[in-house]
Parts: sequence; structure tokens; C-alpha cells
Amino acid sequence: MTDLLFMTAAALLLTVAASLVRVLRGPTRPDRMMGAQLAATAGVAILLLLSVAAGSPAILDVALVLALLAAFAAVAFVKAASPDGAGDPEEETP
Amino acid sequence: MSWGLDMGSAVDAATIALLAAGIVFFVAGTVGLLRFPDVHSRLHALTKADNLGLGFITVALLLQAPDAWKAVKMLFVWLLTMLAAATVAQLFARSALVARPPQDRRP
Repeated sequence: MTDLLFMTAAALLLTVAASLVRVLRGPTRPDRMMGAQLAATAGVAILLLLSVAAGSPAILDVALVLALLAAFAAVAFVKAASPDGAGDPEEETP
Repeated sequence: MSWGLDMGSAVDAATIALLAAGIVFFVAGTVGLLRFPDVHSRLHALTKADNLGLGFITVALLLQAPDAWKAVKMLFVWLLTMLAAATVAQLFARSALVARPPQDRRP
């Protein structure tokens, strides 16, 4: 069962590699940020698998922090891309 | 439960099936993110399929969890990821709607 969990984590690492293709080629900036979000989601899944497979509960905390930082990164991206930097993506430009 | 089934092997079989389903949904979401033509359809693939794959993998690992507290913590990680995905989908969709990006040509 442990080998199967490690193999699943390796398959999800290929998912992370594919998401970096979208980060490289995405024509718009939201496309690149979505590639980063997919890398974060797959990274959380890999960390959960490694936590159970390696039997170390501390990796669960790493997965929790990675999920939190991915959410904050997305919110910060949208806030920086808004017209006056205040965070509303649909407000009228002054 | 006296059907001649070994409970340990039944739980392991359920874990293997759920892990396979999780990999399938992750691959589907990644292929959608790479192949769909515009931003909003890519966002649809990203925030639905991939978080469903993470949910399948989480449920598969709940069956293998060493104790109840670690299982509850894994559930909290999944719930936080789904909440973040819902918020991020709204924010990215509105941001891309205002920006009106140039449509990339189909090959």
C-alpha cells in the first residue's frame, strides 16, 4: 500500500509539470496564475499522500499552509490587477 | 460481516479504487486546463475537476489514516481547498471578464 501511495504521488507530480506548461504559454496573466493554482492543488494532494505513506504527521501541517498560501496568492493577484489596486475587479476606472 | 471477507483487504481495495478515480479527475482537469480555448472554460476545468480529484484522494487517505485526529485534519485541508477554489473562481472570472483578453487562435 505504501508503494501505491508513492506511485500516486509520482503521477500527480506529472500533473504539476503539465500545469507549468500553462504557466509558460498562457496568453493572459490570469492563465499563468491558474497554472500556479493547479500546481498548488496538486501539491496539496501530493503532501497528503506523502504524509500517510511516510507516516509523518507534520507533513499535514505543510499541506494546510500550502493551501492557505495558494488562496492568499490568488486574492493578492486579483487585488493587484484591479484598476486602482483596491481589489474590486469590476469597478469603474476613475 | 460474516461473508468470508477480510475487512482489511476490502478497505485497501476501496482505497485503490478511490485513488484511481482521483488520478483520473486530476488528469482530466489538467488536460482541460491545457486544451480548452479561452480563460473561462479553463477556469471551469481547474476549479471543478481538480478539486474533485483532491476530494477523491482525501477520502481514499481517510480510510488509511492512523488515528481520528489526523483524519479530521485531512478533511479540514480539503474543506479549505474547496472554499479557496470557489472564491478564486469568482475573482478570476470577474477579472478576466473585465480585461477582455485576446482570443488565442485554434490550431
